[in-house]
Amino acid sequence: MSKLTSLTLAEARDGLRAKQFSAVEIADAHLAAIEKAKSLNAYILETPEKARAMAAESDKRIKAGDARPLEGIALGVKDLFATEGVRTTACSKILGNFEPPYESTVTSHLWRDGAVMLGKLNNDEFAMGSSNETSAFGPVVSPWQRKGSNAKLVPGGSSGGSAAAVAANLCLGATGTDTGGSIRQPAAFTGIVGIKPTYGRCSRWGIVAFASSLDQAGPFARTVQDTAILLRSMAGHDPKDSTCIDKEVPDYEKAIGKSVKGMKIGIPKEYRIDGVPAEIGKLWEQGTEWLKKAGAEIVEISLPHTKYALPAYYIVAPAEASSNLARYDGVRYGLRVPGRDIIELYENTRAAGFGAEVKRRILIGTYVLSAGYYDAYYLRAQKVRTLIKRDFEEAFKQGVNAILTPATPSSAFGVGEKSGADPVEMYLNDVFTVTVNMAGLPAIAVPAGLDGSALPLGLQLIGRPFDEETLFSLGHVIEQSAGRIKLPDPWWS
Amino acid sequence: MSIDAATVRRIAHLARIKVEDGEIDHLAGEINSILGFVEQLKEVNVEGVEPMTSVTPMKLPLRKDVVTDGGDAKKVLMNAPQSEEGFFLVPKVVE
Repeated sequence: MSKLTSLTLAEARDGLRAKQFSAVEIADAHLAAIEKAKSLNAYILETPEKARAMAAESDKRIKAGDARPLEGIALGVKDLFATEGVRTTACSKILGNFEPPYESTVTSHLWRDGAVMLGKLNNDEFAMGSSNETSAFGPVVSPWQRKGSNAKLVPGGSSGGSAAAVAANLCLGATGTDTGGSIRQPAAFTGIVGIKPTYGRCSRWGIVAFASSLDQAGPFARTVQDTAILLRSMAGHDPKDSTCIDKEVPDYEKAIGKSVKGMKIGIPKEYRIDGVPAEIGKLWEQGTEWLKKAGAEIVEISLPHTKYALPAYYIVAPAEASSNLARYDGVRYGLRVPGRDIIELYENTRAAGFGAEVKRRILIGTYVLSAGYYDAYYLRAQKVRTLIKRDFEEAFKQGVNAILTPATPSSAFGVGEKSGADPVEMYLNDVFTVTVNMAGLPAIAVPAGLDGSALPLGLQLIGRPFDEETLFSLGHVIEQSAGRIKLPDPWWS
Repeated sequence: MSIDAATVRRIAHLARIKVEDGEIDHLAGEINSILGFVEQLKEVNVEGVEPMTSVTPMKLPLRKDVVTDGGDAKKVLMNAPQSEEGFFLVPKVVE
């Protein structure tokens, strides 16, 4: 049965339609694998009954010749997505045992298209983190280990459970969200593919909000083609999110294998930063060569405000978070810690319910929005954000179709290695990814090779607004050139 | 700019998060480290630059001003820590 879990999503889809195996068999194989992988802590809630019921319905549809686009495809869902009647906590104590009476738009699109839900996946609390160590359910352990070591490594974050589950064959694909790199960084750390679509491509309705002007949902899978298949279902207009665009969703899968001849690829010189291991620079050059060989034209570009993206992000994102997280007050849902009066009830509830990183960000956000500091911090950061976006617009104006960069400044690090006194050390993980959120652009992370410790490294392709298709075409070229990364053998089961 | 213990207490109260005395120094240190990091934004010339208000150039859609949802008091209250007769229950707010 273990073979059913190592299929790509496309292979599973085609095999189901050819009746080589059933959707119930696919679901059961994954549920068994999940049971054996408890030590990774990727799933925080399994939904086996739901999975089997959905799979049985899929088998009926397939038998009737009425298969939907994702019929029988077993998926994991990041715990940031509200799932009707299934506990949703954003991995925070403050949501307690919250059971949404509604379904997020993105997940409802997946179920509409026939996908099967296996369970909810671990993430950093409220998606605030880059290692999945801030979760109230404890850290996720990466299926990857350094050569000759059994030290536990992080899968990245915030969508660490999603990345670990896909890399460990505990689902065929998973949903994630990306506010500053939370899909692309964990995808790179675990040797899989993750794409953050253009802001507005997927509805944010029913996704626990972190920083609303930056949050976007996207898929994780083991191949570029599989993420293309998933994104087609996840994307689409939703009147319940006023920033979700009313624009047709292309058949992204058709972009796979399309020629990239004549495409102009920008290499931004500002992404060559100090302290990044030489092997990442080498891999970047290698990626450039691969695209050149496929007929693309390589041009050096300049994105002069790159170094200011991360500091601007650490004003804008906490400011929005402090506002979004004001709703957790112990009155309407989730945890309540009593107090003498309503103010004390709020203060006690929020002190007990939020973890350290979330509190830190709420406090920073409150400070930069407070009277006397708003102009100096928040307004200035929003102006810098305009400049960051302008940099990209200039590059695209010169005819650049996409931009190639490394995905992360290092490979995965150890659990507990970066939880020291200085929070900024962890923030630096997102140095290559955060610019994209600030500018609202789409970007894909594709595995491109292994480092000296045999850990995966990824490359990032950044595209024009709503041109995810070009990213899938180029990402596929990198994937083909690098060869599929061999995922780790299941030492955990 | 560097913040002191009194400022940490003030913003914690604004954010409605109870902070114990023993946590103040630690929090001030972490917040100052982040504020130190964002300090570099001062180098950027933002003269005449409009602050970003929308990352995608789109006009927010308008819809008819009609009731499209509601009548679900039960669903609204189903996750409440305490409720009674269709209301959320909280400590006395007005004396």
